[in-house]
Amino acid sequence: MKKLIASGAKTVDSPQKSPGRNWTIMEKLFLGLTLQQYIGQAIRNPLNWIFGIIFAIGIPIILGRFLFGLSWVTHSSNDYPWGLFLAFGLFGMVPLSSSGFQLGTACEVFGRHDLEPIERLGLLNGLLGYFFAVVYLMIDLGQPWRLPYPMAVAFGPASVLFLVAWHVSTYLSVQIAEVSVSFFEWIGFPIGIRAIRKITLGLTVSGIILSTLHQGALGALFTYAPGKVHPLWYSSSFQWIHFFVSSIPGGLCMVIAVSTIASNTMSWRFDKRFRDSLDRITISLAKGASMGLATYLTIKLLSIAHDNKWGYFMTGYGQWYLVEIMIGVIVPMFLLAYAIHHNKVTLIRFGAFLVVFGIFLNRLNTAYITFNWKLSYREIPHWREVAISITVYSIYIVVYRFIVYRLPIFYQWRTQEELAPAYATETETEIEAKALKNAEAAAS
Amino acid sequence: MKRRDFLKGCLIGGAAASLGVPSKSWAVGSFEGYPDAMGVLVDTTRCIGCRSCEAACNKEQKLPEPDVPFDDTSVFKEHRRTTEKAYTVVNRYEAKDGQKPPYRKMQCNHCNEPGCLTSCFVNAYTKTGEGAVIYDAKVCVGCRTCMVACPFNIPAYSYSSAFAPVVKKCIFCYHTRLKFGKPPACVEICPREALTFGLRFDLIKMGHERIRETPDRYVDHIYGEKELGGTSWLYLSRIPPEQIGLDETVGNEPIISNVKEFLGMVPMVLTIWPALFSGIHLLATRNKDHGDAHHNHSEQEDGKK
Repeated sequence: MKKLIASGAKTVDSPQKSPGRNWTIMEKLFLGLTLQQYIGQAIRNPLNWIFGIIFAIGIPIILGRFLFGLSWVTHSSNDYPWGLFLAFGLFGMVPLSSSGFQLGTACEVFGRHDLEPIERLGLLNGLLGYFFAVVYLMIDLGQPWRLPYPMAVAFGPASVLFLVAWHVSTYLSVQIAEVSVSFFEWIGFPIGIRAIRKITLGLTVSGIILSTLHQGALGALFTYAPGKVHPLWYSSSFQWIHFFVSSIPGGLCMVIAVSTIASNTMSWRFDKRFRDSLDRITISLAKGASMGLATYLTIKLLSIAHDNKWGYFMTGYGQWYLVEIMIGVIVPMFLLAYAIHHNKVTLIRFGAFLVVFGIFLNRLNTAYITFNWKLSYREIPHWREVAISITVYSIYIVVYRFIVYRLPIFYQWRTQEELAPAYATETETEIEAKALKNAEAAAS
Repeated sequence: MKRRDFLKGCLIGGAAASLGVPSKSWAVGSFEGYPDAMGVLVDTTRCIGCRSCEAACNKEQKLPEPDVPFDDTSVFKEHRRTTEKAYTVVNRYEAKDGQKPPYRKMQCNHCNEPGCLTSCFVNAYTKTGEGAVIYDAKVCVGCRTCMVACPFNIPAYSYSSAFAPVVKKCIFCYHTRLKFGKPPACVEICPREALTFGLRFDLIKMGHERIRETPDRYVDHIYGEKELGGTSWLYLSRIPPEQIGLDETVGNEPIISNVKEFLGMVPMVLTIWPALFSGIHLLATRNKDHGDAHHNHSEQEDGKK
């Protein structure tokens, strides 16, 4: 792609290809390249070959899961009902997708307009993370075609999972609405954009509510199994707080991680605004993340003290717990603090990857690795289970890439009027009009 | 609607809420079971491990042929658990002080406040007035949270079925027997009268009487009387319950008690969050021209201000 840009290929970032001629949808889909150019760049990318191999093996296995049943693909058993799909796919991906509500809140509610260039990435990251968490869930459910049952057929309103089902589905639609602005800009549907803008605040606030509750609810699910989750990862009072609080640095660091990968692989898609502000924004996000980590560490220790569980540190599980806390929380916390202080963005990015890893490790530990600690045997995932997990994650990456290649996530969509100056400065009249408006507002 | 009517409505609604809610919340957690709930008292000191209850269950519930015939005692070499093919299993435990090894039958204990029931998001489980915890396969989505929530590790899942996997567990022979006042198949067949069917309250009395009459035969404890808020199936034992595989760390609180702290927080968030965050929004954007904040070039505007 870089070569093509260097050789003068023009990418889609506005409705018009040239003055007076709009891009067609096909041209937009092919990024403004010719078909040959598009296929050429896809083939030259070695990552696509790796994905090709993964899909060739993984997709038949996914089909097989629906033909031959769960026992063909997983080692999930009567003692270990939840396997890798939920531990990794659902419990791991949802906290990393909290970025949507956080950046939405920061920009729309707290008025942090300095974070606006990355807001859309945060929203998209949230949407895709949730969507694919549901995909993992669909693969794991015994009868996935009955997923709408808790909404329409039979209700168990006292159940935590009932809350999760309702909130995740509502929140998915909220996120679709939030992200749809980019899509409407891209296909050119101004009415839709205006409609969504009107309800943005409502969407954002409902996003906060739904996120607080279902991030917490995923933790609260484990309070149904007080004897099975290892005491170090279990706390009746703190479980939901642990899950909710850890999702805050998790989501922010996921955005840092994604933007890092993007800036190394597809910086051609960045516009000047995004490229110029990325380092500054990364530091801002890292500040939030490091505070989140500090809070998380405090309440983690608090819950250990609350139930007086220090004795478990002497056991093997205790050391494993310390490994998780060290790699996932303490080390990145100090790394981020140091890096923020010394403006070392590369170090922040490294720390963010550690946090993402730490979140996965924590959820895997809670739901899988230390689950059923009283039983004498541990469950090892089936190879097909691993294969499906990798395949779905690869589909996630491909879809993610497909969208950020096209929609105005890393760049701003230039509308018809402002096409002439690329990075528009306001005209005299606009400034005057604004001053007038401000004066009016102040007077009233 | 007139203002007065509205206020009246508010008052009535508020009064109803304040009357209705506390009585309900008091009831939760102190539910001691339906008064006419039946139960089974399992006297493990009488069990000889003949496995005829397993055979009877298999026949009654029309379960598939077992891998090992029911008169084969080689199964006692390991501790088995309930599966999709066996709703009840008998295990042999280690003998103490030269006595004969104890056996214990295992099946769903039919809790008064079942973890499976409270965790189910489609309400597939029902605790019937007769005391059985039954399961409705027609609505089950297959999330298997009930299996995670069961403190006794009882529910099994038919993982091998591709198109209609369901949870499989003991249902107290509800549809074929309990509903008509008959004891479950396993109780009826027991040659040693190790299993006694009756009203749960009577069984608890009977258990305590047996302990009082022959104190050296029993540990002074009926497992299931208080555990996890009480279960319909109750156990008497010669040795401490944990030595025959009954987990004593489960405590006396029903599973739902652990979840309450979270569930209690939900209405709070639903009420406070919208007001709180809208308020913050108003404060944060007070002196700004927020109408344009979503404009594409808001960053520049902010820079210029």
